[in-house]
Amino acid sequence: MEFYFGLAQIIGIHVILGLSAYVLMLTGQLSLAQAGFFAIGAYSAGILTVLFQFHIVPALIIASLVAGLFAFLIGFPALRVRGLMLVVATIAFSEVVRLFFFNLSWRKTIDGIEAGPDSTNGFREIRFFAANGWEPYQVTLFVWLFVALVMFLIWWSDRARSGAVLRAVGEDELAAHSVGINITAVKVAAMTAGGMIAGIGGALYAHTATYVDHLTFTILLGTFAIAYPILGGLRSVFGTLLAVVLIQGVLVEGLRALGDWRNILFGVIIILTMNLKPGGLFDTQTVQALRKGLAFRDKGAPNA
Amino acid sequence: MLRVENLVTAYGKIKALRGVTLEAREGEVTCLLGPNGAGKTTTMFSIAGILRPTSGDITLDGESLRGLGAARVVGKGVALVPENRLVFPQMTVSDNLHAGAFSRRDDRKRQRDMEKIYQRFPVLRERSRQPAGTLSGGEQQMLAIARALMARPRILLMDEPSIGLAPIIVAEIFRIIAEINREGVSILLVEQNARMALKFAHRLYLIQQGEITFSGTPDELGQDEVIQRSYLGG
Repeated sequence: MEFYFGLAQIIGIHVILGLSAYVLMLTGQLSLAQAGFFAIGAYSAGILTVLFQFHIVPALIIASLVAGLFAFLIGFPALRVRGLMLVVATIAFSEVVRLFFFNLSWRKTIDGIEAGPDSTNGFREIRFFAANGWEPYQVTLFVWLFVALVMFLIWWSDRARSGAVLRAVGEDELAAHSVGINITAVKVAAMTAGGMIAGIGGALYAHTATYVDHLTFTILLGTFAIAYPILGGLRSVFGTLLAVVLIQGVLVEGLRALGDWRNILFGVIIILTMNLKPGGLFDTQTVQALRKGLAFRDKGAPNA
Repeated sequence: MLRVENLVTAYGKIKALRGVTLEAREGEVTCLLGPNGAGKTTTMFSIAGILRPTSGDITLDGESLRGLGAARVVGKGVALVPENRLVFPQMTVSDNLHAGAFSRRDDRKRQRDMEKIYQRFPVLRERSRQPAGTLSGGEQQMLAIARALMARPRILLMDEPSIGLAPIIVAEIFRIIAEINREGVSILLVEQNARMALKFAHRLYLIQQGEITFSGTPDELGQDEVIQRSYLGG
């Protein structure tokens, strides 16, 4: 059972990570900075609960705001470039963040034990959940509470004007400009929101894993962040959820017997999706097929 | 109503506009005519707030629009229909129209305006749930115009509405432009299609290499021999 709770937590955290990239991808921007924001969230929240003995909730909120602040600050220079150059710029950012934590040493003695980020040795001792007697199911619920919150907020704003504005910028910047959308403001807002979301994900990650080091936050993590929305499609937040379940649940855990061969499968799935279903697995076609299927069942039910 | 005075706009060091002065009068169709690369689109982008001019001024009824940025320029009543009918291809026709009203907050009036638009463009009503990318070229141009109208503009900036369209569709688009104009919306039109421009415009400007080289009525332009030869093939 423990194992499944752990898996559910990982899936939840990766959904949050994927959605942080999803928001930005709605505006047509591909960012690999999500790993950096995730790292900032992880370390900030860990430092707050361990060194300053904060409760997890305020620590999580502050971590999210810190990551959001960095996203806002790098949003202006980063979004002056686009496409491949933005990818390069955001990779550079993530690496700067990673190397900062690689060097960061901030040790304090808390309750007789020395704790805090210890540069290359990583940041151990992030034991808020265990220290406060949280059961695995409680931790899992806590993680999914935030997953639900983030998914709901994005889903809800997508139905309102703000979602349409993001998508308008993503579809055609010049057209968006000519209907009077402030492109820079929209992009920076999306970057900031993405940073805040990734910060929440990082904060949750640090506390479920109880241990982080710089190697957690490499380019691979940033690649996963954008792979989920690419695989799931940008039609709906449920696409990202589906993609994470598929990759983390089925591919990484379900096929564990295959060992490192799974990585090849991961690449193959991405390539196949881009060629066969460029709109993602959860695109308009899929949704229509699902709707039809449901409608058919509804009609069939009274007779059965 | 809309005055552009001594406008200079540069891309880096290259000046695309070298002191453009023109005026679009209330209730009229004003046409800016000129060859490729003369600065027509740059003029439109500068007025719409998409590009920032280096010097000069743009005023709407005496109030400066320069440096306001696209969002606020639309709010002042200046809407642009960009070249090549840039619609949002994956959004539905109806969402495209809503996008045109992003700068407005009066939701109830917006519904009424949608209804008016659908009356003017029945084909858009038929296709309202369809992604805009699936429309024909002419329909997309109508959608781009309709989207700009959703901002309730006092003056409509139209960048080459005839480009890439079949002659019969071009005639239809110009009929619509004339109709919109008769209902009180002033129009500043950029064209390469001189014949159409001469037929519909009240006032013409000729732009060459970033400078206005002629201004006058269509009759006056028609009499100018050089222009006759280079633009009308006569």
